This record gives sequence, structure tokens and C-alpha cells, in this order.
Amino acid sequence: MIGILIILIFAIAIALLLNSSRSQTPEQDKLVDRVDALLPQTQCGQCGYPGCKPYADAIMHNQADINQCPPGGRNTIRKLANLLGREIKPLNPVHGKEGPKKIAYIDEDICIGCVKCIKACPVDAIAGAPKLMHTVITEECTGCELCVAPCPVDCISMLVYVQGGRRVKLEAPMRVTV
Amino acid sequence: MNRELHSFPGGLQIPPHKELSNSKTSLITPLPERIILPLQQHIGSPAVPIVKTGEKVLKGQVIARASGYVSVPIHASTSGRIIDIGNYTVPDSLGLKAPCIVIEPDGDDAWFEIKPTRDYLSIDPKALQEVIREAGIVGLGGAGFPAHVKLNEGMENIVDTLIINGVECEPYISCDDRLIREKPGYIVNGARMIRHAVQAKHCVIALEEDMPEAYAALKELIDDDIELVQLPVKYPQGGERQLIKALTGKEVPSGGLPIHIGIVMHNVGTAAAAYRAVTRGEPLISRYITVSGEVKDPRNLQVLLGTPVKHCADQCGYEVKEGQAIILGGPMMGMYVNNMLMPVIKTTNCVLVTSTFNQQPEMPCIRCGQCAEVCPAELLPQQLYWYARAKNHDRLREYHLFDCIECGCCSYVCPSNIQLVQYYRKAKRQIMQDEQTMSGANRARQHFISRNDRLAREAQEQNEEMLAESETDETDKQSFIQAAVERTRAKRAQMKKPEKQQDHDE
Repeated sequence: MIGILIILIFAIAIALLLNSSRSQTPEQDKLVDRVDALLPQTQCGQCGYPGCKPYADAIMHNQADINQCPPGGRNTIRKLANLLGREIKPLNPVHGKEGPKKIAYIDEDICIGCVKCIKACPVDAIAGAPKLMHTVITEECTGCELCVAPCPVDCISMLVYVQGGRRVKLEAPMRVTV
Repeated sequence: MNRELHSFPGGLQIPPHKELSNSKTSLITPLPERIILPLQQHIGSPAVPIVKTGEKVLKGQVIARASGYVSVPIHASTSGRIIDIGNYTVPDSLGLKAPCIVIEPDGDDAWFEIKPTRDYLSIDPKALQEVIREAGIVGLGGAGFPAHVKLNEGMENIVDTLIINGVECEPYISCDDRLIREKPGYIVNGARMIRHAVQAKHCVIALEEDMPEAYAALKELIDDDIELVQLPVKYPQGGERQLIKALTGKEVPSGGLPIHIGIVMHNVGTAAAAYRAVTRGEPLISRYITVSGEVKDPRNLQVLLGTPVKHCADQCGYEVKEGQAIILGGPMMGMYVNNMLMPVIKTTNCVLVTSTFNQQPEMPCIRCGQCAEVCPAELLPQQLYWYARAKNHDRLREYHLFDCIECGCCSYVCPSNIQLVQYYRKAKRQIMQDEQTMSGANRARQHFISRNDRLAREAQEQNEEMLAESETDETDKQSFIQAAVERTRAKRAQMKKPEKQQDHDE
């Protein structure tokens, strides 16, 4: 009888120990990275978290659902559901709608060089300096739209990124270099 | 001359239909109303325009410069005025629009100044490569890989054999055949020139047995320095890997290049264009194309690059009919197009008008295994098909999807009429796209992390500064107050000494 009790106490203790150390195990960390790897890395914050990694963390701690990422859309939800063994559900419309990938485009004739967009860009994809024209580094832009609102002269527009982009990257006016 | 011939696995005997077009002399196509030159006519990065709308250009003038190592310039095909630089439909299976330069010909066809290089067999191979690059020469066999890159690879490695590929294995196409018959000198001398450029030990020109006239024409011109080989007809013998296997018995390793086994291969058209570019100074602005199938007068044409496909077809008596399909390229590997205003580019070799294309519905795979028997790359088309349908990209890679040369043999023999090769093309495109987005996402993640680190560091530095400032402020203030207090005390002490004494007295 006493033996059983001792074993029981041990079992409970071990279970508690495991449970409490769960969020710190390397496996768990790896899983967070795997969740993060499935997210589109737009860093737009539409999910309600300040970036993709924080959202991944929130998913792992059951604070956020898997259907809060509009840029990733159905595809990302499907992959997350597969990875985490959860059910596939439609994108939560509170966070936005799924759409084609977009890219920011600065109308350089209007830009006044206020650096507000540069500060807003989560991935440092805008080049420029105070009172000098800014420009978007197309290859690095994730299309998060965070630069659009801060612009005081509304010179940033979001253009649709043409898929199969090897040939046509943007539906923007062609620029001729002489 | 006594080369032992081998064969490649798989392959097919297909009715060639070359007799439709290969007996007639090629026509020089009259100037079209418009020349549309896409900035990307080759594999690699697109050229960058260096002209403006409204500018006058001359034939052979560079209008777009190369934008990197794997890139070539684009030249004006004729003299005229640039009327637009914008997006037009280009030969692409997706029907995409891409940036193009549009020229309105002035009819003069006036040449830009050109510089021939006559001593091509004695100049430095590097210089020769540069001339070839500046002339915008790309592989004219179909892939459009910049020719100078292959030459340079050759320079950096020891080249055992240079193969000039005249095996035109796709049905209907006879433009290489016609080119050889009409300009055998270009090909033989071009072969010698490229041989010099890559310093190859041996040089082979390969043809198929159904081109006796071309064989005879070349035979007359070659000496012992070049081997002329005729191979039995089999599709897809013109494929790079297949031809190497047939000629040498060697196999190019998966994911490798022919240069890794000491071989460089160029198409006959490329050799001729390179020879022309070097000895006459004329850049690549025209090519031979075959117009065949259901047209009144199927034949070969010498076409200026940028000429609309419709204009070429019209020369051969093309009439629009219900239920016709237009294929750019051959029936096996070509692409169906629906807009005939797209231009002929460096890699266009054939315009095929047909109404006998495959319109039967797809049926379930019955696992007959014929596709695996004919696959020249020795892949397992069935497995690839399942995995492509399931979008299982890891498995597709495991089954070497990227070794598929898209020859279409599997689709041709499939009794269930499954367009297997289309699945593979789609899957390849999807994988490439995914890879692109993945690498973009990885970069974005890195940028995000480093930006956050930077912001945190800046915030911390600012904090420390403020703290330090406030600390120094505090001590300054206190010492200032202290000093002031002491000063006043001292003053008071001096002024009110008597009072103090009085106090004490009290």
C-alpha cells in the first residue's frame, strides 16, 4: 500500500515537473520555429501580434488561433493545421481578407523625404534619408502595408505582384535608364 | 569518322512530317508593321532598355544592355523609331505580358556601324567570347541559354569534345535542316570558331539519318578536323543529354552540366549566328523558323526577331479556321498560344498550325507503365504524376522531377490520354515559385529579427544615455546647491559673526 502511494506521489511529481518545464523544452522551441517557418513572414501584424514570430509563440501557447493570418491565407492555415494536428478552419474575417501578394510603390515625384515610412517598415525594405527621396526595395518588400498609413503625402500605393515574377515584377510604369 | 554510336534509353519513333517544309528554299520575310522585342528572350536576367520612346534607331544598334553575367543585349532588328516601351504579350506558356521595346520600321533597313572580326581563329578566346556576348547570341536550339556562358565554362574547364547539334528531332521542324543546306559554310566555320573559343580537342557535328542533303552539304566542306556523324532517327535525340549519351556513351550526372564530363554542346543555329556575328559584325537579329502544318505553303522563313507570329504565318498562306491551334515550337514540346500578335524571339523555331491536336478527355491511369518505358531520362512518370497531383514537392524532388527534360514522350504514349508532362511543368513551376517565396520569407525574417535587435539596442543606448545624463544632472545640481549653500553660509558666517556671538551670549 505504501509502495503504491510512493509511486503515485512520484508519478504526480514527475508529471508536474514535466508540465511546468514544457514551454522551455528544446522540442517546444523547435516547434515554435516550425510554426514560424510556415508563416509568410510578412510581419504585418494583422494577426494582432507584432510580427510572425510572436504570433507563432501565441499559437504555441494557445493564446491565438491558427486562422488569423490573412497574407498566408488558406494555404498557411492548412499547413498549420497539418503540423499541429488541428482542424482546418476558414480565415477569421476580423483579421482581414486573403488577397494577391502586393508590393509597396513610392511615387518618387511626390515623396518629401520624411522618413516616416522607413521607420514603419518592419523589414527595412525602404531606402532613403531625411529630405531625400525614398524608394522601396522591391525584392525585400513583404507587402505588409504598414508604410501606407504613416505617409503624410499619400505617395505610397500597393501594387499587385505578378506571379511567376521572373519576367514581370510589377504592374508599375516601366523605368528607362539611360 | 569511325565513332562508335550508342543509344539513349527510352525514346520514340514519331512520324517526322519534315517533308512538308524542308524541300523549299527559305524566304526572307518582308518587314512587318511593327517589331516587338521582349527584353527577356533568353534564360537569365532580362536586358535593360537604353533607348527612349521616340528615339530613332538603326538596324543592329543595341537598344537594351545586358544586366548581368547570365544576360545578353538586345539589338534593333531593323531601322526605325521606338514607339513604345511597355508590356506586351510574349511567347510564354502562361500567356503573360512582359516588358518589350516596340519599333516602327522606317523601311530603310539602314545598318548601324558594324565591326567585323576576321581573324577569329587567332584572337584570344576571351575576346572572341566578348564579341559573341555583345552580339546577343543565345542558344538557338530552344532553351535560349546565353552562348558566352557556355563558352566561358569551356575556358575554365578542359573540353574534350565540342558537339554541334544538328539533330532536329521534333516533328515538323526543319529550320536547322534548311539552315545547314543553305549555309553550310557558316556552320562548319562556326564550329571551328567555337572550337577555338573553348579550346576543344575534338569537334563533332551530329545529324540524323533523315537529313541526307544537309549531310552532303556539310561533307563537302569539312576536313579531318571535324567529325560528321549521322545518327538513326529517334525522338528526343536532339536533347542535350540524349545526344551526348548517343555520341559518347557517357551520361551527364543528375543536376550536373555537360561540361562536368568535358563536353560543350551548341546548336547549329547558334554556331552559324556566332560565325556571322564575329566575321560580319552582324548581331543576332534574325533567325530561321519553320511555318508548317495546315497552311497553304508550309516552308522555312528567315525572320527578323520581333516580327509578329501572325505576319510569319501570313507569308505561308495562313487562314483562320475553327478548331485550329497554333503551337510555337514542335508538337511535342511546343506551347499552345492564343495570341498571334506575339513576336518571334531568339528561341522561336517553329509556328505550327494544326487541328489534330489532342482534345480527348483525360482518363484514369491504368498503370500500364508505358510512360516509364519511353522516358529518356529514366524517370518514373507514374510516380511523378501521383506526387504532382498530390502537390507532394518533397517526393517529387526525391523522384528527380528536375531531371525531366519535358520531351513529352510519356504524354504521347499514355493510353489514358493523360497530359503527364503538363503536370510536371506545372509542378516544376510551383516548386520554383515556392522556393522563391521561401527565400523571400527567410530574408524577411532575418531583416525583421535584425531590425528588432537594432531597435532594442537603440532603445537601450538611449535609456543609458538618459540615465547617465540624469545622474550627472543630479550630482551637478546637488553639488551646485551644496556649493551655493556653503557659499551663503560662509557669507553669513562672515556677516553675522557678531550676531552669532550675541546668540551664543544669550
